[in-house]
Amino acid sequence: MEAQDRFDAIIEADQRIEADDWMPDEYRKTLIRQVAQHAHSEIIGMQPEGEWIPRAPSLRRKAILTAKVQDEAGHGLYLYGAAETLGVERADLLDLLHSRKQKYSSIFNYPAVTWADIGAIGWLVDGAAITNQVPLCRCSYGPYGRAMVRVCKEESFHQRQGYQIMLTLSEGTDAQKLMAQEALDRWWWPSIMMFGPPDTESIHNARNMAWGIKRYTNDELRQNFIDMTIPQAELLGLTMPDPDLAWNEERGHYDYGEPDWEEFMQMVRGEGEMPAQRIRIRKSAHDGGAWVREAAEAYARKQEASAA
Amino acid sequence: MTGSWPMWEVFVRARRGVDHVHFGSVHAADGETALQAARDLFTRRQEGVSIWVVRSSDVVASDPDDEAELFEPAEGKDYRFPTHYELPPEVDHM
Repeated sequence: MEAQDRFDAIIEADQRIEADDWMPDEYRKTLIRQVAQHAHSEIIGMQPEGEWIPRAPSLRRKAILTAKVQDEAGHGLYLYGAAETLGVERADLLDLLHSRKQKYSSIFNYPAVTWADIGAIGWLVDGAAITNQVPLCRCSYGPYGRAMVRVCKEESFHQRQGYQIMLTLSEGTDAQKLMAQEALDRWWWPSIMMFGPPDTESIHNARNMAWGIKRYTNDELRQNFIDMTIPQAELLGLTMPDPDLAWNEERGHYDYGEPDWEEFMQMVRGEGEMPAQRIRIRKSAHDGGAWVREAAEAYARKQEASAA
Repeated sequence: MTGSWPMWEVFVRARRGVDHVHFGSVHAADGETALQAARDLFTRRQEGVSIWVVRSSDVVASDPDDEAELFEPAEGKDYRFPTHYELPPEVDHM
């Protein structure tokens, strides 16, 4: 059987493509781009939350946030590992991130201005990420799907701790309630834009669905997330910053207003000071760790020499 | 020269009495630091009680192109399975 036919048959049977299998160049390229961008997002995502570790309001909250940020680093490593099975080097991917030739999710270019933002990020940003990632566990590329299974297992704690921060604040003083409401106002629209442009604008939807890389369209995932999140907001007693939100009996879904796609495109293009700052910090952490990597290598060489 | 650390495959035993299972891979300069990295990456929630790391380059794998040749001959050999044998109800729990 021709290599292409075999690939098509595996996809058709909804089985998994594994690292050693032949695959079309475009399939490989698409996955490298997507998995690398996903990995970059995980490690850049450490920054807005990491900034809040010293300022977290209690020792318990510090421990929780530290564990969460450590998980994000781990998710990055799972994903870089998955990307490497496609024949790229991790060091090269990091170079592409540092030179801004590869992107990370633009959600991490919004600042976390108050403690309530940490709650909103866990609840909404991680909630949207989970909505995206659960179907990715069934991605046609095996190593990516398996990495996603591990990520999703850990992500659930992230969302629950975020919601609990929001719950605590919304049961607190008027000032705390206001803090929670303002954080929801800041993070709602960016969160629902995380699913990407509407289906009518999305250029890769159809092909990636045919390849089993994507299982649901951007708009399907967005709707799913909105339907799930509104009752959660109601329980907090907070108001959604979208006057067009309304239950549509006929569709069995919530109707919602149009996000500001111009803002989305600006964020995707990486304009402004924040993206530059994220990369600067990322690069300085990487460069600052160079001596550790060199020392580890020198030690390994010494051990090898003394064993010989 | 950094960025050229070898890759190690990580196997974790979830609890006593079960096999080590492949969990993923890490980069590390040597086996000892690979173990530490694997511990930090894969077992922060008591996922295991024992870890093996093996240099990825030491793994010898079958070629996916040989899949049919290697594994398809087992197809149609139903007699290797207990369900192939139809027995009277009195002894069918055998």
